Amino acid sequence: MSTVAKPSKASAAGISADALIRMYRQMLAIRLFEERVNDLYTRALMPGLAHLYIGEEAVAVGICEALRDDDYITSTHRGHGHCLAKGADPKLMFAELLGKEAGYCKGKGGSMHIADPATGNLGANAIVGGSAGIATGAAFASKYLKTGQVTVCFFGEGALGQGVLYEEMNLAQLWTLPVIYACENNMYNEYTHFSETTAGDIIARPAAFGMAAEIVDGQDVRAVYAAASKYVERARRGEGPAFLQLDTYRYRGHHVGDIAREYYRPKTEEQHWVGQRDPVKLHSEWLTSEGIADKSTLDRITAELTADMDAAVEFATSAPYPDPSKVDDDVYA
Amino acid sequence: MPETVVGSTHASTVKAREIGFGDAVREAIAEEMRRDPTVVLMGEDVAEAGTTFKVLKGLVEEFGTERIIDTPISEPGFTGIGVGAAMTGMRPIIDIMFGDFMCLIMDQVVNQAAKIHYMSGGKWKCPLVIRATMGATRRSAAQHSQSLHAWPSHIPGLKVVIPSTPADAKGLMKTAIRDDNPVVFFEDKISYTTVKGPVPDEDYAIPFGVADIKRAGTDITLVGTSSMVQVALGAAAMLEEIGVNAEVVDPRTTWPLDEKTLVESAKKTSRCLVIDEGYFRYGVTGEMASVIAEGAFYDLDGPVRRLGAKHVPIPFSPPLEDATVPTERDVFELARQMCNR
Repeated sequence: MSTVAKPSKASAAGISADALIRMYRQMLAIRLFEERVNDLYTRALMPGLAHLYIGEEAVAVGICEALRDDDYITSTHRGHGHCLAKGADPKLMFAELLGKEAGYCKGKGGSMHIADPATGNLGANAIVGGSAGIATGAAFASKYLKTGQVTVCFFGEGALGQGVLYEEMNLAQLWTLPVIYACENNMYNEYTHFSETTAGDIIARPAAFGMAAEIVDGQDVRAVYAAASKYVERARRGEGPAFLQLDTYRYRGHHVGDIAREYYRPKTEEQHWVGQRDPVKLHSEWLTSEGIADKSTLDRITAELTADMDAAVEFATSAPYPDPSKVDDDVYA
Repeated sequence: MPETVVGSTHASTVKAREIGFGDAVREAIAEEMRRDPTVVLMGEDVAEAGTTFKVLKGLVEEFGTERIIDTPISEPGFTGIGVGAAMTGMRPIIDIMFGDFMCLIMDQVVNQAAKIHYMSGGKWKCPLVIRATMGATRRSAAQHSQSLHAWPSHIPGLKVVIPSTPADAKGLMKTAIRDDNPVVFFEDKISYTTVKGPVPDEDYAIPFGVADIKRAGTDITLVGTSSMVQVALGAAAMLEEIGVNAEVVDPRTTWPLDEKTLVESAKKTSRCLVIDEGYFRYGVTGEMASVIAEGAFYDLDGPVRRLGAKHVPIPFSPPLEDATVPTERDVFELARQMCNR
């Protein structure tokens, strides 16, 4: 990810053409990655659980495009998109998802715990709201050590039920910490609509702490990038945290096995989001209509990514499992 | 840095001063803060107030409010900040005023701090110290009196320290701050006001997992932890009067645990009694007794016995509370019985 939009001949919405195309590439990479996760899982090649990010790609990509390489993120159980958007290598991601030694965490973390210091990824977290402390602590360290880094704490609207999130928001605002709370509102806490779990307005929560906040269309990658850039740079200047409510939609189930969903959400709702509000499609149409990228460019990107992802899956499936003797390693530093 | 192993058995061989238990903790923190600018301490009323026990009095004057940081009453919140800051270049010390409040921070400690190193395949480290208190008989009732050190001892990825003397507290606190792992450090509240002892003048640190023989003996091994070391020493003096020479062993850390010293002492004396102030059931005494039984079985004259806190919420009323914690008399009576005296 680059910090500043690179100079380019074409520019739209104040964003360079390179950045606009890169965001398309990143969103598509996540989409293709997740489709392969779904395939591996349903073919029983992937152990454990798989929570797909399909439909929410613009949120991770728009935000991470606004970050420096050394900025930090914390992620969630639905975290593949955040990790990839922050620069993770799909080969090492797939290897980790399959429990292989070559994976990011030597197979010890799996889908819900991808972590990588090299890309500033403090770790995906399988406790809902569980990373709010780590993210805010990283922001505390950045401020204390004067490194200029910003941390983004990704979480779903389900985390709004967790008290620790509000403790961290209180501390971040009190101590003017450089952290962005990115609330991905995909509307469903597992199998329950958020209106059944969330009293009042989401955006009233940061307001109660006097925290800068904004509601953003999470299907519009340019809008996400614009809002993220504004608040990330503000935090970097030492002006404190912000809260973004990113309205989005989880196309698939809570996890891959959640197929019969009509008891908690109507098919027509899914069809509306998939058909009318798809972030990858919306951005690709915009890129071509603005003359920033033609169809052949986008087709070439699709072909490249498809080959990359297939190669990554091949790498992971043929990689060896860790030797059982490694089970005792890494308990203590 | 010079690192010398100093236990009370040989503390007399080096130049030492007599200081209190809390003073020793404060000295260790101050010295580590002088040598490492990434060490900060945060908690409720730790700065100008110097904690409710006044243990940290004076630190804010030397290090300022940037490093001795008062927090809201928000234990999970500031513990979470400690975890994240520890992962990103700092060595935070988190002050948990009463060990009972460990209940509030268990997700941060158990699911986050303890696991990030392993879950990340060894990539992230979490050099965090959680200071918490333990110990009953302050008439503080059920939510300010518990000794919950068995809980973190149960969790892989954590180290747990339970010092009994000023010299141990200082040397072990230094090791805790320098350690690259999350360490939970339990200080007995009663010891703040009742325990004084010699502390070496020189810079020293005590490694984890090394038990200290607080009193050498031949007839029975009394394994004591934290405040129960003083109780065991008191009982040993009473046993002496009836001709029983007791050895008092202080493990000093519940994890890592110096299994070798515990087993060797039990083999030598052939009788062993383990005393701990935590709840009796599923606790520290059970673990240590089983380690000793497995390692010294054929050298023992009888089963390893245990004394711990009564399995009741700690009551307020003084005679009730006093009945919950093992006393010198309890230890003496049981040890005497074990020695057939």
